[in-house]
Amino acid sequence: MTTQTQTASAAKTGFLPVMFAVVLGLGIITLTGHVQASGLHDAAHDVRHATGFPCH
Amino acid sequence: MTRHMTCATQPVSPATKQMFSRILTSALFAGAAAGLIAALLQLVFVQPVLLHAELYESGELVHFGGEAVTAHPELPGMFSELTRDALSVIFTMLTYTGYALVLVALMSVAEGQGHKIDGRTGVLWGLAGFIAVHFAPGFSLAPEVPGVAAADVYARQIWWFATVAAAAVAMWLIAFGGNIISYVIAAALLVAPHLIGAPEPDVFTGPVPTEIGALFAARAFGIGLVAWVLVGAFAGYFWQSEGKRAEAAA
Repeated sequence: MTTQTQTASAAKTGFLPVMFAVVLGLGIITLTGHVQASGLHDAAHDVRHATGFPCH
Repeated sequence: MTRHMTCATQPVSPATKQMFSRILTSALFAGAAAGLIAALLQLVFVQPVLLHAELYESGELVHFGGEAVTAHPELPGMFSELTRDALSVIFTMLTYTGYALVLVALMSVAEGQGHKIDGRTGVLWGLAGFIAVHFAPGFSLAPEVPGVAAADVYARQIWWFATVAAAAVAMWLIAFGGNIISYVIAAALLVAPHLIGAPEPDVFTGPVPTEIGALFAARAFGIGLVAWVLVGAFAGYFWQSEGKRAEAAA
């Protein structure tokens, strides 16, 4: 029982930060690499080409 | 329902906070460092090729007329467009920080399963990341020089995300699957997007010489490989050192 609780607690400790970091990371990549709003596109233009993202 | 709401309002445990700060700190250091190096390498090796291509994209140079065109036109010098280059540096650092966040989060999961994470194993993580995020989609959607003909950007983005997701799962299975079935699934995930096919343009309208396009794709892959190996190694290193620092502080 104790072991189970500890395992569940350890998994819970890891789960939230991992999910948050993944979502934050994907959000940043979507913003820098994929959102087509023209200001963002122009600012990130060269990077999108050089990093192999679909750009135009 | 009531129980769920009670859970949601519970304060975050110190262990969770510590874990999150370890992930965030390692990823920020790794992403910023690798991104800065990648940005400088791109400015030296990729940007001149891109600027050269833009001369054809704008029509300033035309290579399929009667006259031969010099392969060495006058290009703007390094850092001649400071705002443009500064934006590129910032966005490259941001992009690699985004990658580092995902990478470090996955590293923490792997470490939880008993796998060693440090600067050395980080190199392998970086290689896997390069294959998943850069090489797998680029195998059918080659890094595009400005001015190339391409299919609808939204269709390409959907294909890009799907291919990266499939390749990332494949890399995980190859690294940690440990049996023949997982390798077969990984191979299928790697090959499928290319058998299905990436969105292609209906007609070719690209005005840029093929020599420039090929050099651009090769350089983009090369810098991508360096940047990913660095972000993997840095992420592993900082993950390790941040863990030791937190232990010492506790």
